[in-house]
Amino acid sequence: MSQTAVIPQTANEAWILPSRGVVGMACLIVAESAIFTIFVVAYLYYLGRDQRGPTPRQVLDLPLFTSICLLSSSLTVHLAVAALHRGRRHACSLWLAATVLLGSIFLGGTAHEWYTLIYRDGLTIQTNLFGTTFYSLVGLHATHVLVGLAMLSLALVFSLNGSMSAKHTGRLEVLSLYWHFVDAVWVVVFTVVYVLGR
Amino acid sequence: MAVQTTTTAGTTQAAPRRLLLEVLHDWVTTVDHKKIGLMYIGYALFFLVVAGCQALLMRIQLAVPNNHFVSPQTFDSLFTMHGTTMVFFVGMPILFGFGNYLVPLMIGARDMAFPRLNAFSFWISAFGGMLLYFSYFGASGLYGAGSAPDVGWFAYAPLTAQIFSPGHSTDYWTLAILLSGIGNIGTALNIVATTICMRCPGMKLNRMPLLVWLYLVTSCLAFVTISPLTAAQIMLMLDRYVGSHFFDTQAGGSAVLWMHFFWIFGHPEVYILVLPAFAFANEIIPVFSRKAIFGYPAMVAASVGIGFISLSVWAHHMFTVGLGPGPNTFFTLATMVIAVPTGIKIFNWLATIWGGKIHFTVAMMFATGFLFQFLIAGLTGIMLSVAPFDWQLGNSYFVVAHFHYVLVGAILFMIFSAFYYWFPKMSGRMLSERLGKWHFWIFLIGFHLTFDFMHVPGLLGMPRRIYTYEADRGWMIWNMIVSSGAVFQAVATLLFVYNMVWSYFKGPIAGPDPWDAWTLEWSTASPPPAYNFAEVPTVESRRPLWDIKHPEDPDSRYE
Repeated sequence: MSQTAVIPQTANEAWILPSRGVVGMACLIVAESAIFTIFVVAYLYYLGRDQRGPTPRQVLDLPLFTSICLLSSSLTVHLAVAALHRGRRHACSLWLAATVLLGSIFLGGTAHEWYTLIYRDGLTIQTNLFGTTFYSLVGLHATHVLVGLAMLSLALVFSLNGSMSAKHTGRLEVLSLYWHFVDAVWVVVFTVVYVLGR
Repeated sequence: MAVQTTTTAGTTQAAPRRLLLEVLHDWVTTVDHKKIGLMYIGYALFFLVVAGCQALLMRIQLAVPNNHFVSPQTFDSLFTMHGTTMVFFVGMPILFGFGNYLVPLMIGARDMAFPRLNAFSFWISAFGGMLLYFSYFGASGLYGAGSAPDVGWFAYAPLTAQIFSPGHSTDYWTLAILLSGIGNIGTALNIVATTICMRCPGMKLNRMPLLVWLYLVTSCLAFVTISPLTAAQIMLMLDRYVGSHFFDTQAGGSAVLWMHFFWIFGHPEVYILVLPAFAFANEIIPVFSRKAIFGYPAMVAASVGIGFISLSVWAHHMFTVGLGPGPNTFFTLATMVIAVPTGIKIFNWLATIWGGKIHFTVAMMFATGFLFQFLIAGLTGIMLSVAPFDWQLGNSYFVVAHFHYVLVGAILFMIFSAFYYWFPKMSGRMLSERLGKWHFWIFLIGFHLTFDFMHVPGLLGMPRRIYTYEADRGWMIWNMIVSSGAVFQAVATLLFVYNMVWSYFKGPIAGPDPWDAWTLEWSTASPPPAYNFAEVPTVESRRPLWDIKHPEDPDSRYE
């Protein structure tokens, strides 16, 4: 005899609930957005309150090329998911590799920008409020890019050695949601730091 | 028409005793939501005793004027550790522990959506708690004896800056809260995903037990409130470790910004703590009034409403900063508005009791105490929401009395109530009702002695966090009464601990459904088997067990 609560007259209608991966990732995205919001608020609040330079207008350049790379990687990861869904594993590997490459170009761009800022302009996190808020906000985003790249590279490895198939589409889609989020955050950071803040 | 149960409970008892190491291995590696829930609860109870002892030490120190029972330095770390522990390592884990245990059972699921994330969240939070207490030994590194954090539980800048808080005590505080925050976000994420994706067939959103609804709201609230705190802790760590200037006033940083960031977390946190208390009341009051909850949709709407409004009230903690008339007006009004959905809840609970056949079990007695005390706590809250009143009494013992009325009078009372109600499910044995009644009455007397009278020295001008005071201030008699109440509460809590230990071994066997209740957790054995339900249940109404017990008059006919 086992338990219970089974009611015999239940109609056998389909009982379909949302994917827990997507819901879990959506929750994580909400939580992460709140963290970014606080850093953006701090950036905007301290904008122009520096007691000494350099200021954003003096040292920041528009990172247009790397931004385009990052944003287009949203498209490539989407194409990777779509290819996997249709069972075209080689296409999936190709698009994943393109995503990793584009993301790496973006990170390289950030590294170059920071190198220039530190060694040419003498701006570190200790220099002034701009340095404090700039490095922490952009650095927080870069950390998220790094985590995303690590996971995408793992997916690429699985895709290349053939252990990823169409039945894993759901999982890759969850990862792609994270990557889209990272890109969307960059739109905000770009607007705040490089457009409004300059 | 009793509910049938599995026989697995009997067979596990007959199994040979296992080695201690095997039992430990089992608990450390478990991903079962029930075991993780119990570990959360056990860990929180341990810290409840620790932080309770800290409160006793503070009350001894304040009982008489010019006292030097503890040193001023110790006193500072006592109130810091008491507050931090109670909020982050008692309140959050005990409530998430009950949520972990109950949510999957109530929605007819076999586990949480992400069992391994669940274990990770628990252990990372537990590590945070250990780190906080390790500060007693490790805070000044190799140079001295060490000391616990002493910056107050909201750690206002610039006191937390490296020059004002040398040593590592503040670092331990920051790291502990950061880790506990990560764990809480993980658990909240898990609860939301479980609620949305793991419900058994027929368990539509509008049929979920109200407890599950409230845990859903609490968890969603956690995303947008605990994350800002995490962000603020990252900033503080950057300030302390790499010399950035977020809260460094000498480099143009703002101490008020920390206040905003902290209270953007801090006020909704109160609701994260109190909503689960409401959740317990929503399950316990109907069962012991023998009536279905009054106004289910209104209760859901009020809960969601509280969730939203609570995000717009944080600066009422900062009236004394001098925000200006605009923000003061806004935050006063927003704070008052939150009394509306809360009032709806109180009226619905009263309407549930009204005309019911009330069974005054210990769980119901604590729930009744909760109703009255939460009302009073809400009323002093409305008084403090008026900015000019707050200017007069902000940072006084009146505020301390107010929020302890919420935290003890409402939340702790409902936690005790939940223990008396769900302990039979968790352990398979009933708690002693006789000891429980002693526990209730002694705790009630102690609570009112302490926290009713604590309002008075506040009105007489006694500031919070004061180390000691002169005899001619006229605060002595009140502090004496307050401190004597603390003794009653300590005795009652010891009785409760004794009751739990005794009942665990000797209490009467509970059976699957000792309270003749209606939600799914009572349909399986006590304690439930690892898989919860041998067959995934199907539900037709909000009270599936009522439907089974009364097939001639099921709820599904009316909903």
